[in-house]
Amino acid sequence: MFRNTYDSDNTVFSPQGRLHQVEYALEAVKQGSAAVGLRSKTHSVLLALKRSTGELASYQQKMFRIDDHVGIAIAGLTSDARVLSNFMRQQAMSSKMVFNRPVPVNRLVSAIADKAQVNTQEYGRRPYGVGFLVIGQDTTGPHLYEFSPSGNSYEYYAMSIGARSQSAKTYLEKHYQSFEDASVEDLIRHGLHALRETLQQDKELTTNNTSIGLVGPASVHEKAVPPTGSFRILEGEAIQPFLDSMIAKEGPAAAQAGVPPATAATTVQPAEAAAGAAGDEDVQMTG
Amino acid sequence: MDHFPTNWGRPRNDAYDPYGTYPIAHRPNNGPKDAFADAVQRTQQPIVTGTSVLAIKYKDGIMMAADNLASYGSLARFKDIQRLQPVGAHTVIGAGGDMSDFQYIQLMLDELIIDEFSAQDGHTLGPAEVHEYLAQVMYARRSKMNPLWNSILVGGVKDGKRFLAYVDLLGTTYSASTLATGYGAYIAQPLLRTAVEGKEDILTEEEAYKILEQSMRVLYYRDARTIDKYQVATVTEKGVYISESRRLDTNWSFAEGIRGYGAQTQ
Repeated sequence: MFRNTYDSDNTVFSPQGRLHQVEYALEAVKQGSAAVGLRSKTHSVLLALKRSTGELASYQQKMFRIDDHVGIAIAGLTSDARVLSNFMRQQAMSSKMVFNRPVPVNRLVSAIADKAQVNTQEYGRRPYGVGFLVIGQDTTGPHLYEFSPSGNSYEYYAMSIGARSQSAKTYLEKHYQSFEDASVEDLIRHGLHALRETLQQDKELTTNNTSIGLVGPASVHEKAVPPTGSFRILEGEAIQPFLDSMIAKEGPAAAQAGVPPATAATTVQPAEAAAGAAGDEDVQMTG
Repeated sequence: MDHFPTNWGRPRNDAYDPYGTYPIAHRPNNGPKDAFADAVQRTQQPIVTGTSVLAIKYKDGIMMAADNLASYGSLARFKDIQRLQPVGAHTVIGAGGDMSDFQYIQLMLDELIIDEFSAQDGHTLGPAEVHEYLAQVMYARRSKMNPLWNSILVGGVKDGKRFLAYVDLLGTTYSASTLATGYGAYIAQPLLRTAVEGKEDILTEEEAYKILEQSMRVLYYRDARTIDKYQVATVTEKGVYISESRRLDTNWSFAEGIRGYGAQTQ
């Protein structure tokens, strides 16, 4: 039944000084489809790959608006994400009501991280099985945070979570230095390229399976965005112009035909992609 | 007849167990439910009070004034009370009304500022946030029929924006470029409006101070709950500064000519 002696109780350390249940919770995050986040001086963006359970089913929602200035992308158990995002919404509303101030993004992330930490220490509880990428803007500018079930939260220039997110991470690590001064269109294009790395072979990003969330001033492809640049989620036809802006991955011809060097040299080894594909093809409970 | 001696001499409810049929351990208690039930009292009126607070906007920020008196009824009981209080680095509050309630508010705000400081994340509470918080607290307390009996001015400067607003024991709020609480709302407010409105971006610190000093002097002549000792707070982009106590120069020679009051015999 148990893989390890110290599995049954998440509050007991293994002799190696590890909490196995917490590490399994981190695995649950990796079962969910990928989400990518990037930040520039002016914008933060989220991109997520939506799954559907079949031809007849709709795609599972991956992004949630928390407040005008904050949004999240999730990977892992959707039901756990709903609990945490409801909590975040309450915190945001409370800050609005008591101080008439949009809640600082770092405090929101710290608040859920503290909640998650309790679950790694108290008897009879289980860690959350979900990870977040949180973007938002406050008086200190745009932000990107990662939240994970272990109770950790860190701020990033760029980050990815979920299935095969390591491929996206490799892309982001290669290009992150250009993000700081990038336009929102370039930021989203980089995000799409990174997200593309997480796809199974013969799959591609479409208007159906891709979500884009962002904060910051409107991009050239958006209409009717308030000047404050509040959080919005783009889906369906609205993301077609962004998908069109992507630079084709396949073929050396594309790489040579005047493509910016930043986006050209990113091809995942097919072997790695195929191995990953077999691993979580049939996980239905996750988002 | 109640046959239980422990009930004798106590209030009796004849509608309930009139014959004392319950064993002692289960006897309904017809007495007061709670030793404090009749003793729990709420603020019905302020006791030790401060009078007016005045505040105006000027070129560099906001300026606020209040005298140093805490009265006990009409008795000038405490003559060295500071009624202006900095809250964080960008805000000052000034309170009229019950001084013990004001002290409680000061403790509450100090705690709030410490919590905010402890986060160490670059976010601080400005005057607008402090005012909103106070308004929520005041309204919550009045809704519990237990108000904090104060009228408070909140002023400050943050991110280049001046802020000046009022909140009182009912949770009422409003904002203007000149504000006055208590008796000052009747006597000083018209003077402040004449002197300040339309000139908020022109008035220098000296001019602003002159306006407040003159209004405090008029109040000292007219309001029987003032003393001639007062303090002035200035909040600018640089921070909060609260002056030492100052004396008002006053001239009472006109009193010689007044007839109809007091001890004159003719």
